[in-house]
Amino acid sequence: MSKAILYDSTLCIGCKACEAACAERWGLPYDSQIAAEERISAHKLTAIETHGERFSRRLCMNCIQPACASVCPVGALQKTALGPVTYDADKCMGCRYCLQACPFQVPSYEWAKRLPKMRKCNMCYERQSQGKPTACTEACPVGATKGGERDELLAEAQQRIAEKPGQYYGKIYGLKEAGGTSVLYLSAVPFEQIGLRTNVPNEPLPETTWRVLELVPDVVSTGSVLLGGIWWITNRRAEVAKKEGAKKEVRRR
Amino acid sequence: MSRKFPKITLWRAIFAAIMLCGLYATYVRVMYGLAGSTNLSDRFPWGLWIGFDVMCGVGLAAGGFTLVAAVHIFNIEEYKPVLRPAILTAFLGYVLVVVGLLYDLGRPDRLWHPLVMWNPRSVMFEVAWCVTLYTTVLFLEFIPVVFEKFGWHRPMAWIHRISVPLMIVGVLLSTLHQSSLGSLFLIVPEKLYPLWYTPILPLLFWVSAIAVGLAMTIFESWHSSRAFGRALELPLLASMARVLAVLLSVYLWIRFLDMSHRHVFGLLRVNRIETWLFGLEILLMAVPTVLLYQANMRMRPGALYACAVMVVFGFITNRLNVGITGLEAGSGVHYFPKWSEVAVTLSIVAAGFAIFRAIAQYFPIFEAHSRETAPSRVEETEEHLVEAG
Repeated sequence: MSKAILYDSTLCIGCKACEAACAERWGLPYDSQIAAEERISAHKLTAIETHGERFSRRLCMNCIQPACASVCPVGALQKTALGPVTYDADKCMGCRYCLQACPFQVPSYEWAKRLPKMRKCNMCYERQSQGKPTACTEACPVGATKGGERDELLAEAQQRIAEKPGQYYGKIYGLKEAGGTSVLYLSAVPFEQIGLRTNVPNEPLPETTWRVLELVPDVVSTGSVLLGGIWWITNRRAEVAKKEGAKKEVRRR
Repeated sequence: MSRKFPKITLWRAIFAAIMLCGLYATYVRVMYGLAGSTNLSDRFPWGLWIGFDVMCGVGLAAGGFTLVAAVHIFNIEEYKPVLRPAILTAFLGYVLVVVGLLYDLGRPDRLWHPLVMWNPRSVMFEVAWCVTLYTTVLFLEFIPVVFEKFGWHRPMAWIHRISVPLMIVGVLLSTLHQSSLGSLFLIVPEKLYPLWYTPILPLLFWVSAIAVGLAMTIFESWHSSRAFGRALELPLLASMARVLAVLLSVYLWIRFLDMSHRHVFGLLRVNRIETWLFGLEILLMAVPTVLLYQANMRMRPGALYACAVMVVFGFITNRLNVGITGLEAGSGVHYFPKWSEVAVTLSIVAAGFAIFRAIAQYFPIFEAHSRETAPSRVEETEEHLVEAG
């Protein structure tokens, strides 16, 4: 059981109440200028994008098996049992591998600061762990962003598609993307038309590196035996050669 | 009387200019952060400092482990004369990689964090540990040179006792992190251009690191022979070039096989920047391979040197393609380094050459020290230093 968010693009009216609530929850500035920015950044952790007459919302997908958490060399990013992917700024050394690894291009970095941090939505971990809904779900006036358990939200999404097949594209974004995410999307049109990346593999990305990393003990053990063995053979040869040489010297005398 | 100011030559002036630019770029980096000193962005978080300073730096220092393995584990005695310079290059290389990281990390004061805060599932964590341990190993492999210089026999004997396990550990650590630099990019299958993204990136990185380790050794020998007026160890280098040719053939063959299994040859017909960069990279590896199979090429110092340079540049092109250019289209961003990124990188390289030179002058790095140092030759080398930088 883990928390998730269902965003239904067909219901969204683009009022940006979620943006304002998110900024308030993080203590970030929010004014008309920032509201006009249609891209998530270190000072705007969720953003409403306009695609023609449709809206789309960007926020951290809080993947079930997050690439960011798997690549973080210091374990600053963690997938919690509750669902959110959290970030511990005190551990972060600023390698920015999370930015590189994220298939959804979500994490942002405070590039201009002298002591920068990574920034991303953590699905209101603090609020949710107290049983409260996320700030954005609470703020949404039309129910386009809805919080709840992932299984229940998936069932609901499928039900919405089944009830109004003409109104929906017919697929749920986040069901399988990158092995499944905690943020799910419904849309009237194919997802790339509302700015979502559709080339994300369905395989959980941490698998790609783990397949190699899990070989490390094998490489180390086999390698030490092999290298030690080769050294032993070649040096034995050298010793023998030296002794033979010495014998010949003696004989010659 | 030669203790006066060093003579000002064009190349010394250029060296000084590079270092001054680097110094100013350092000031910009410290005062204005990564935004002021780089062209990085949320969608393109790694640039020249990772793509060149780290990925190429570690790779070009691979001669250290390649030659240690050849001389001490495979017992190929004839390579011994070039072992010390290779170890010194590797040691300096790794120290400079760490310097590069201090520029690149958002919080360089937390460089030590991976040693304390573990995440064994992270490739970067593994690389951090390997690089830390291997730099220590390289230090221990290099320190006998210092002991020898000052005639300290007791620590020498002590270090000699642990030398074999030390060297085996060094080769293993190198194998792990040279390949892991490739594994770093396994996590971005949807971003890295398919000419480079392959599940066998770690294998390719490892094989090419060994090859470039040999190429760098030839490159260094050639330069140092000119700098210190020594005779070039031609038969040795020619025999090494033979190994290099075989290694490059193996590398190219693995790449060919991998590409045919992944059915990506069709991409070569597409007229894109990636296709051309891929072609350049393969050409810079394939041409020296063909040339080095010919005995008369191997025995000609100029040709041998040219081949080594081609391999080095082919290697650099490959690492930059994987680390930077191959990611641009997939990330939807165009990246070109800022002047300060280039300045820092150039000054790190230039400093590397200068420190190598200084150490090689005062410590017994080149064994057969036939010092017929003609002063004009010293200047000549500096030209090449800067050229290479």
